[in-house]
Amino acid sequence: MSDNYVNIALPKGRLGESAYAIFENAGYDCPDIHKQNRKLIFENAQNLVRYFWVKPSDVAIYVEKGAADIGIVGKDILLEYRPDVYELCDLHIGICRMAVAAKQNFTDNPDMVLRVATKFPGIAKHYYAEKSREIEIIKLNGSIELAPLLGLSDVIVDIVETGKTLAENGLVAYETVAPISARLISNKVSYKFKNTAITQISKKISNICKENIDD
Amino acid sequence: MTLNDNELLPSERAVYTLRQLYLSYGYKRYKVSKFEEYDLYAQNKSFLTDKSILTFTDTDGRLMALKPDITLSIIKNIKDTQGTQKVFYNECVYRASDSGFRELMQTGLECIGDIELSLTAEVISLAYKSLERIGENFLIDISHMGFTMGLIDAITEDSNIKAQLMLAVQAKSYDEVKEICAQTKAGDRFSNALARACVLYGRPSDILKEARDISVNAQTNAALDDLEGIVNIMSENGLTKNLRLDFSILNDTNYYNGIIFKGFIDGIPQSVLSGGRYDSLLEKLGKNQGAIGFAVYLDSLDRLLMSKDTSATDGGDSIVG
Repeated sequence: MSDNYVNIALPKGRLGESAYAIFENAGYDCPDIHKQNRKLIFENAQNLVRYFWVKPSDVAIYVEKGAADIGIVGKDILLEYRPDVYELCDLHIGICRMAVAAKQNFTDNPDMVLRVATKFPGIAKHYYAEKSREIEIIKLNGSIELAPLLGLSDVIVDIVETGKTLAENGLVAYETVAPISARLISNKVSYKFKNTAITQISKKISNICKENIDD
Repeated sequence: MTLNDNELLPSERAVYTLRQLYLSYGYKRYKVSKFEEYDLYAQNKSFLTDKSILTFTDTDGRLMALKPDITLSIIKNIKDTQGTQKVFYNECVYRASDSGFRELMQTGLECIGDIELSLTAEVISLAYKSLERIGENFLIDISHMGFTMGLIDAITEDSNIKAQLMLAVQAKSYDEVKEICAQTKAGDRFSNALARACVLYGRPSDILKEARDISVNAQTNAALDDLEGIVNIMSENGLTKNLRLDFSILNDTNYYNGIIFKGFIDGIPQSVLSGGRYDSLLEKLGKNQGAIGFAVYLDSLDRLLMSKDTSATDGGDSIVG
């Protein structure tokens, strides 16, 4: 879709809704988006923005392939897939961290291959490769906390927000892999051909998000 | 037999248009075979943008590769003679992909020998004219390894941190550059310069001015002098309308030094042209010469221009003169 519109991919869910609120605040509102219907694409001809909701882990693909010019995505997805995109600003929302967690009494035995259960095999591999630690990855799609409890893995690499779920299951986060928050990303070619529009959006969003930290 | 223009695919048309262009500048056609000994790529893997290589064994049991790149073969075979050699090629290259493997059409040119400023400007002008003949809305972005790497070298000597900084620069991530710099002993002046440099983007005259303000040492100054010289020649020839500077463009430092550039056509989400100065590669291959060149990736053209031909009323203009 190569026209004057800026195509924006938002992640479905709470993070996407907070991100849209920031866009709205910056003057890129699109009233249609609040209507309850089954439409997938929403546009506003006044301010030339077009929004669509996609699965959070797909935002980076839409932007990298140019179907969306810009998008909102968690740093976890960027670290996992390492898409070839520009990372324009930190929204300072959806703040959490990627951490290694294990049972409270766990001690790492360097003689054994460490079994790591995770939804993020790329991040886990990279993290342990830097430490030259041999690991076996067990890729799961949900309920990661279950893995160490059932002896499926020694540790997990997962997103930790408050640590409550971990604590309730007798797990504890003992290493931080990376801090995570939502980022505004841009397709590299769109950034060049729609430079004025995209840099303006990025500047406004960045200013609003900086004010938010000061609060 | 006469050739009917309408029977050609956009990429095929582009091949002929570009061939005319390069021949008119005195570049000679260089023909290479589809196969090369795998060893050449094994030794120079990081020169390849795509590391996937398709291999097979020949009847003598040697490990062979379907060429993933043409430049390496040309450099390997070119004779160490006096003077400058100018060649162009149009070949298919082979890459692995998620669905098996792909054949990609590539056209490009190489200039080997004494690479003076005027020759660098000629090669970039040809890149500019190549895209001008293919797509109406295009951009050529230039960068200089000496500037961006000069800023990075001034911040740290740690190769691990350098690698992290290069990734952050390529992502134009101002915040991340600052965060990584905070782990080093570099002063604010240096970290601010790099963070600022990676987000700079725009017309050469504006960006050069801003870059002068953040330049930190003799190396970065020299890189900017180089860039300025090229931009001046380009502007004398009226080739600056679609020219931009972008210091976030980086290539592998083991092969590239000096000017590097990329080309884009509106509607194609990846770069369609990529090139630069690669003296370091020649040095690695034991040749005592300079070299500059670029490649145009023609495979994405068909989808873009075919869809335009059918949808736009003004589409379908002949691009073969």
